[in-house]
Amino acid sequence: MGNLLSLTTFIPLLGAIILALFLRGDDAAAQSNAKWVAMATTVATFLVSLFILFGFDASNTDFQMVEEREWLLGMNYKMGVDGISVLFVMLTTFLMPLVIASCWTVSTRVKEYMIAFLLLETLMLGVFMALDLVLFYLFFEAGLIPMFLIIGIWGGKNRIYASFKFFLYTFLGSVLMLVAMVAMFSEAGTTDIPALMAFEFGSENFSLMGIQVVGGMQTLMWLAFFASFAVKMPMWPVHTWLPDAHVQAPTAGSVVLAAILLKMGGYGFLRFSLPMFPIGSEVMGDLVLWLSAIAIIYTSLVALVQEDMKKLIAYSSVAHMGYVTMGIFAVNQQGIDGAIFQMISHGFISGALFLLVGVIYDRMHTREIDAYGGLVNRMPAFALIFLFFTMANVGLPGTSGFVGEFLVLMGIFQVNTWVAMFATTGVILSAAYALWLYRRVVMGDLIKESLRTITDMTTRERFIFAPLVFMTLLLGVYPALVLDIIGPSVAALVENYDMATAGMTAAATQ
Amino acid sequence: MITADIQTMMPEIVLAIYAMGALLVAVYTTKDAMAPVLTWVTSGVFVLLALWIGTGTTETVTAFDGMFNNDGFARFAKVVILLSAAVVLLMSQEYMQRRGLLKFEYPILVALSVVGMMVMVSAGDLMALYMGLELQSLALYVVASLRRDSVKSTEAGLKYFVLGALSSGLLLYGASLVYGFSGTTLFSGIYAATADGYSVGLLIGVVFLISGLAFKVSAAPFHMWTPDVYEGSPTPVTAFFATAPKIAAMAMFARVVHDAFGGIVGEWQQIVAFLSVLSMFIGAIAAIGQRDIKRLMAYSSIAHMGFALMGLAAGTAFGVQAMLIYMAIYVTMNVGTFAFILSMERDGRPVTDIHSLKMYSKKQPLMSLVVLVMMFSLAGVPPLLGFFGKFYVLRAAYDAGLGWLAVAGVIASVIGAFYYIRIVYFVYFGDDDDGLDGKMSPVLWVTAVVTAAIVGLAWVPGINLFGIEVVAQAAAAILVN
Repeated sequence: MGNLLSLTTFIPLLGAIILALFLRGDDAAAQSNAKWVAMATTVATFLVSLFILFGFDASNTDFQMVEEREWLLGMNYKMGVDGISVLFVMLTTFLMPLVIASCWTVSTRVKEYMIAFLLLETLMLGVFMALDLVLFYLFFEAGLIPMFLIIGIWGGKNRIYASFKFFLYTFLGSVLMLVAMVAMFSEAGTTDIPALMAFEFGSENFSLMGIQVVGGMQTLMWLAFFASFAVKMPMWPVHTWLPDAHVQAPTAGSVVLAAILLKMGGYGFLRFSLPMFPIGSEVMGDLVLWLSAIAIIYTSLVALVQEDMKKLIAYSSVAHMGYVTMGIFAVNQQGIDGAIFQMISHGFISGALFLLVGVIYDRMHTREIDAYGGLVNRMPAFALIFLFFTMANVGLPGTSGFVGEFLVLMGIFQVNTWVAMFATTGVILSAAYALWLYRRVVMGDLIKESLRTITDMTTRERFIFAPLVFMTLLLGVYPALVLDIIGPSVAALVENYDMATAGMTAAATQ
Repeated sequence: MITADIQTMMPEIVLAIYAMGALLVAVYTTKDAMAPVLTWVTSGVFVLLALWIGTGTTETVTAFDGMFNNDGFARFAKVVILLSAAVVLLMSQEYMQRRGLLKFEYPILVALSVVGMMVMVSAGDLMALYMGLELQSLALYVVASLRRDSVKSTEAGLKYFVLGALSSGLLLYGASLVYGFSGTTLFSGIYAATADGYSVGLLIGVVFLISGLAFKVSAAPFHMWTPDVYEGSPTPVTAFFATAPKIAAMAMFARVVHDAFGGIVGEWQQIVAFLSVLSMFIGAIAAIGQRDIKRLMAYSSIAHMGFALMGLAAGTAFGVQAMLIYMAIYVTMNVGTFAFILSMERDGRPVTDIHSLKMYSKKQPLMSLVVLVMMFSLAGVPPLLGFFGKFYVLRAAYDAGLGWLAVAGVIASVIGAFYYIRIVYFVYFGDDDDGLDGKMSPVLWVTAVVTAAIVGLAWVPGINLFGIEVVAQAAAAILVN
């Protein structure tokens, strides 16, 4: 099983090729075939990826299951996983079958839709497994193409604006990262990620156009990577593409975007910014903490006044990602553990919330909050599941949402009390917007004429939510499942970081 | 001695004799009726010559006292020129025949201009360079106005001619200044003369020379002719303009600045960097407002020349390597894109308005995929081929200390991405429209699909860009020492 990682990555691509080459026609039978092929492919990917999880040795902090092959310019095609990335791989393979299941009712250009999602899965898996800088960039950027098409072709009314904004925003961030990658290649002479982690990039202060750059090259490169990951995350104030993209994207697109694509930003910080530019991170860390605190409070307040359900959840995603960046740049065991945990749990919870919006959107074709009310009378199952995920989103103890937020806040409290204090108010605000949304959509009397005939969730829809509910609860009551896997790798990361910045803190205190 | 010299430039001589022989044969026999055959034969001759040059000697040979070089660099450029010219000729045959444009002179003129290009990239002397350049240009002026009864086509030819003459004048003036201050027109002589000091006069000569060269590669601010000529010329001719002459001009540019002025890299580096950054931004910004796909491709080529010049601006062997790879990739993408543009028609008439592409994907899913791949590749989105070209030149620029140029370049590429993805937007999610009809000819279909496959898959580990990296490296190493 030497090629397990490549195998996992490229099974979806294979499925996409099969669909593209062998499926003809656009009648009901062909559409259903396309869906089943996609479903079989994603399930197969998930099953194969289980081998990665079970073969993974958590106590080993090195990269595992590494594959290497010669490539261009002295670069290698190199794949591998460590404790930080392996769970993102699992998250992706776990969610994709659910995503495919959720688009069972789509009927326009089904074949292309399935191909786009399968391609996207390959690219997302590649991002989390790539151990070469340029290979990473390849997967990272290529993901824009299918997502651009998903929003543009199958999106809502204003999809063209949203898709262009999505593409150009993320592209601009990433090309700056590309320049930094070129600079790293040039300085270190390699694009091998493990080698770059061990390489010490220059951190001599110098002045650029009259501005003193503290931390030198490391700070500049850190900023370039930050430009990319902050947009992807997204962090305040470069988050504005996300609400647009979410609102216009089809349900499945929103789920992938919120549950997996956003995590690439956080993963990038952990894989590149912290280990490769520790000095840069130390210099700029406070900025990130404050931006995160602003993000949490500001976007929570903005979420309060939204009239569109998807937009509200999108803003809540930005707020929750604020905890993630905050945890990462606290750079201690609890903070980073919490950040990764939060990302995984947010993958389940936000995915589920977008799916829930999709459920009622499929029935009423509107996402206006005002158009609903009293759904509990006709849709008890929906009301129950929605309540569960609303609570999870708020961070109720017993759900996975609580563990992540709690760990992050614990981590940040040791580093910066003020930021921790502001961030904690976000917990209250999130309860406010989430519960108020629930109140307006589900509770009360069913007075809207149009809602009188609405039907409850079908068996297919219930099946989609079952695994998500299960995972959210499981991780909520037994977080060690995740923490045991990520713990050793995070500990190694924090240790290396402290070692690299020790000299700098010593110099500062003299 | 003289036999050895002639031996060295045998491919050029063969092609020139072929062109003149074909002219005689066609004039005295069936004239235009044999044009289709002649097109195919010429194309075949190009391919054979490319094979001959590509598999022939691997040494560096100079002829006529250094006026003509047959080295790895020239061979690389010649192979790319010949192959792209061959493909473009094949693509144009059906299109021109259906519109009554296929005169027998067309393949012959193309062959003559290719002879000129081959001389250009091999030149070791300012005079030889000028001769090659003029042979190439004169043939191109004529093919630009091939559609004699169209105002736009004749305008294109005339514009191209007048501005081309102006640029030749600039180039000649620069050459005469360089000659005056160095005492020789031989590149090796100029190189030696600059070794121990040089005067301001020589530098002024260099500036004029580079201006003239910039005209030929259509780098801003000498790009004004490009959109009009691209738009006015018959589309197959536009496809030709966008490919072979661009490589020839770029290769010649590299040869002049390195072979002749390799000792004063610091002096011309800033000029080339300036041309590069200006081209990238003008190409990216001016294309946004274009509705005509040929004008759009003209601005796109200006932007791409900016990127290729970025490699050249590095002034290193790696920079030249990056430039060569960039040009080869650029040509591949353009061949594919133009294969598609040639097939754009409605009721038998060619259409160039990008709005006619609306919802093209409903009618032609495969061809839409080709367009998608080409556009994202032109925009430089990985993993498509266009990204690797950008990666190489960015690396070259950064290594040479031109970090600012690299940053400017990527920002320009984001601006440029807008109009490429706008085409994707029309093809995949525009509103319904009359749109295009007509079937694609087999040649165009095969070209488009094959280039799209190359563009999409060349990065796969194991294919590794077909090993072009090594070949380009060897070629660049010969030029820069």
